[in-house]
Amino acid sequence: MGNYFLYVTVVLLIFIGVTALLYKKNLIKIVIALNIVESGLNLFFLTLAYRPGGTAPIFTLAPGLEELKMVLPTPQALILTNIVIGFATSALMLTLAIMTYRNNKTLDIQKLRGVEDHD
Amino acid sequence: MIKHIPILLIAIPLLAAFMLPIIGRIGIKVRDLVVLMVLLTVNFLLFYIIPEVALNGKVMYYVVGAVDPSALHPESLGFPIRIVLKIDGFSLFMGIISAVVALSAFLYSQSYIKNDERKSYYQILLMLMLVGMLGLELTNDLFNFFVFMEVLSISCAALVAYNTEERHPPYAGYKYMLISAIATSFLLLGIGFCYAQYGSFNMDYIHSKMQHNLIDKMAMIFMIIPLAMKAGAIPMHMWVPDTYSEAPAPVTAMLVTASQASLYALFRFSFSLYGNPVSSVSINYNTLGWIIITLGVLSMFIGVTMALVQHDVKRLMAFHAVSQTGYMLLGVGVGIAVYAAADGGSSFNAYGKVAMTGGIFHIMNHAFYKGLLFLTSGVIVRRFGTRNLDKMIGLAHRDTFTAVAFIIGAMAIAGIPPFNGFASKILIYESVYKFSPLLSVIAMFVSVLTLASFVKVFYSAFLGPRRDDLIVDKSPLPFGMKAGMGILCVLVVLLGLFPDVVIETLVKPAVSALVTIR
Repeated sequence: MGNYFLYVTVVLLIFIGVTALLYKKNLIKIVIALNIVESGLNLFFLTLAYRPGGTAPIFTLAPGLEELKMVLPTPQALILTNIVIGFATSALMLTLAIMTYRNNKTLDIQKLRGVEDHD
Repeated sequence: MIKHIPILLIAIPLLAAFMLPIIGRIGIKVRDLVVLMVLLTVNFLLFYIIPEVALNGKVMYYVVGAVDPSALHPESLGFPIRIVLKIDGFSLFMGIISAVVALSAFLYSQSYIKNDERKSYYQILLMLMLVGMLGLELTNDLFNFFVFMEVLSISCAALVAYNTEERHPPYAGYKYMLISAIATSFLLLGIGFCYAQYGSFNMDYIHSKMQHNLIDKMAMIFMIIPLAMKAGAIPMHMWVPDTYSEAPAPVTAMLVTASQASLYALFRFSFSLYGNPVSSVSINYNTLGWIIITLGVLSMFIGVTMALVQHDVKRLMAFHAVSQTGYMLLGVGVGIAVYAAADGGSSFNAYGKVAMTGGIFHIMNHAFYKGLLFLTSGVIVRRFGTRNLDKMIGLAHRDTFTAVAFIIGAMAIAGIPPFNGFASKILIYESVYKFSPLLSVIAMFVSVLTLASFVKVFYSAFLGPRRDDLIVDKSPLPFGMKAGMGILCVLVVLLGLFPDVVIETLVKPAVSALVTIR
C-alpha cells in the first residue's frame, strides 16, 4: 500500500508540474514548475529502486548473502546525477530569465514574443 | 591503443574543455591551437576506425571501468550494470557528421566571434556541445544517453544566448533550455519505465529481453515524442525558428547537428530498443512507421510553406531545417512501416532498406549543406547589419566566395544534381514511390518550393546593383570564415559527385547496424 501511495505522489507531482508549465506565464514560475516535474521523476526512480529489507551492496557483506537482500545502487546514483543536472538547468534558466528581464523589462511570456520588431 | 578509442573520443574534448580556462592564461594563440588540435584529433580518431567498424562490420564495445574494456564479459551481459560504449555503423556515421561540422564551425567562429575575454567560454561550450553529441551517439546505456543529452542541451542553450547584451538571444536561449528540459524530463520518465520492466539501462540487454507489453509501449511514447520535439518535427517545431535565428551563425550550424543527434536517438530507439518483434504482441511497426511518416510529411510541407513567407533570412533557413528533417523522418519511417511486415521481408528488402538508406544519408547531407547555408547567412547578416531580406541587395559584387558557397548550399538543399541533396533525395523519391506514390509526389513538390524560396534569398541578398552604402561591415572576409565554409562546400560537392562511395562505406553499415531481424 505504501508503495502505491508513492506512485500516486509521483503522478501528482508530475501532473502539477506539467499543469503549471502549461498555465503559468512568468518565466521564473516556469522554472519552478520544471523543478516540480524533476522532483516527481526523482521520486519515481527512488520508488522503483526501493526494496524493503534490502542492504547496501558492499563487498564485505557478500558472505552472508543468503539472509541479506542487496539493492542495485544504480538508480540512486542516477538520481544524484539528475539532481545535479536539474540544478544546472535551473541555474542556467534563471540566469537567462534575469538577462531577458534586463533586456526586455518584462518576464511575461505573452509580451516577449516580439517577432514583428525583428529586423 | 585502438581499443580505447571510444572513451578517448569523449574524454579528449571533455578534458580539453575544462582545461581551456587555464590554457587561456598562457596565451590566446595557444588556446586556439589546443582547440584546433583536439578537434582534428577527434576527426582523425573517427576516420581511423572507419575500416574496422564500417567496412568489416565489427562493433566496438568499451566497458567503462572494466579491467579489459574491450572484452564484454558474458556475466556482465547477463546482468549488465556497467556503462557500455558501443560504436557501430550508425554511431560512427553520426559521430563523423558531428565532428566535421564542429571543426568547420570552430574555424568559422575563430574570425566570426569577437576576440574578447568571453571567447574562452564560447570555446568551452563549443567543445561541450561536441562532447554531448559524441557521447549520446556512442553510448549504449540509456541513462548515460540522458546525461549527454543534458550536457548537449545546457551547452546549446548557453551558446544560443551568447550575445547577452542584445535583446532577443537570452529569451531564445531560455526557450531552448525550457524545451530541452521538458523533453529530457519525459525522456527520463520513459527510461524509468524501461528500467522498471527490465532492471537495467543497457540498450542491448533491453533489446534482447523486450516483451512489447503495455508499459513498453508507454515508454516508447515517452521516448519518441520528446526526441521528435528536440529534432524539430512539426507539431513541436515552435522553438526552431526562434532559437536558430537568434544564435550566432556557427552555433546555428552546430545546432542543426544537435537536432540531427536527437533524430539519431529517435531512429536508434525505434530499432535498437524495440526492433525485436515478438510474434503477435509486438509493437505495430506499420502504425509506428506511419506516425513517423506523418510527422515527416507535416514537417516537410508546413516547414517549407512557413519558410516561403519569411522575410528574415535566418528564420527562413530555420524553417527549411524543419522541412528537411521531414525527409529523414519520411525515409526512415517508410523503412519502419515495412520493417516487420508479414511478407517475410520482401517489401523491406525491395524498397524499405533503400528508403532508410536515403533517409540516413540525408542526415549527413543536411548537416553539411544546412551548416554551409547558416555559415553564409552569418556573412550576409554581418555585411548588412540586418536579417531582413528586403533591406539587402547586391552582395555578390563584394563577396564572390560567399555567393558561390550560397549557390552550392541552395542547389544542394533543393536537390539539384550534382550536389549531395540530390543523391539522398533521389533514393527517398524512388523508394517512397513504391510504398505510396502520393508521399513521393509531396516530397518532390516540397523540393520545388524549397528551390523557390532559396531563389528568393539569392535574388534579394546577392543579385542587383552594387550598393556599398548599405554595407555595415566593409572588412574583407577573414581566412577562418572562408575555411569553415570551404570545408563544407567541398564536402557538399564531393558527396554529390561520389555518393556511392559514401553510401557503401558509411550509410549501408549504418542501416545494417539498425536492422537486426533481417
